[in-house]
Amino acid sequence: MRELSLNVMDIAQNSISAGASLITIAVEEDAGADTLSISISDNGRGMTPEQVEHVTDPFFTTRTTRSVGLGVPLFKMEAEMTGGSFSIQSTVGVGTTTAAVFKPSSVDMIPLGDINGTVNMLVMMNPQLDFLYTRKLRLESGEEREFDLDTRELRQVLGEDVPLNAPDVTQWVKEYLEENTAELLGNDGEAG
Amino acid sequence: MKSLAELQAIRDKARASVNIRENAEAETRVLVGMATCGIAAGARPVLNAFVEEVAKRGLKDTMVTQTGCIGICQYEPVVEVITPGKEKVTYVKMTAEKAVRVVNDHLVNGNVVTEYTIGANAIGAK
Repeated sequence: MRELSLNVMDIAQNSISAGASLITIAVEEDAGADTLSISISDNGRGMTPEQVEHVTDPFFTTRTTRSVGLGVPLFKMEAEMTGGSFSIQSTVGVGTTTAAVFKPSSVDMIPLGDINGTVNMLVMMNPQLDFLYTRKLRLESGEEREFDLDTRELRQVLGEDVPLNAPDVTQWVKEYLEENTAELLGNDGEAG
Repeated sequence: MKSLAELQAIRDKARASVNIRENAEAETRVLVGMATCGIAAGARPVLNAFVEEVAKRGLKDTMVTQTGCIGICQYEPVVEVITPGKEKVTYVKMTAEKAVRVVNDHLVNGNVVTEYTIGANAIGAK
């Protein structure tokens, strides 16, 4: 993948397929510790311990239409390539959390890319589901900045008749993400 | 900064317009392949371009949606256009620019952009 944000979109599709109603995406950068952590959690149907054990094997998939599943193994490889780590936890009936830690200073680091585009697209394409996106930045000075987008809050304002993918709402989400990201990164932030 | 008050205004405006519900009964469906293969090949800007162009042109009977891997990963990004009563059209190796042309020529004017279809791009054709 050319951008980590595309991996996020890919992993989130697994959550959607697992019947999740709430998907939480967290992106946390720590400039001092030289880490970028990305996690995707859902309340979908979860996996059995046996499935979890095989999930990073590209030639294991529960799909019956084809015999490879590359999304999770790719994400793991990209994290480990930078000297980071990867974990996946899952409980049947509770949900799954996929988390990866990257070392941004590594030469093998793949840029985060257009994460706002990913979040906006997930919301736009799945208006019946809820997403909680949080982005945090800890500067070397120790200062912490964060913001979030919670579609459950938007839904409360919009009521039942206006879907989350109405064009005006999509535009609002796009601008909300852009403005908050710009403020979070400021001049001291590292560009995504 | 964007505020929830602005969102309220959007809600009130949307409630006042009658069209919003009719979108649910779209005639033409545009399916963009968004599995690992599609995403890696650049499906996100393609999907974005379709959504933006369809919204810009106010095509109320067109629904842009996503689908999984249809098994021709080497041709991704793949886009299928399904119109009831007509043969399904499969566009391959799409880009955002090609998407805009497909909206204008195919969705608006009904002319399939033959050069972007799988028939014109299959092994041996070029």
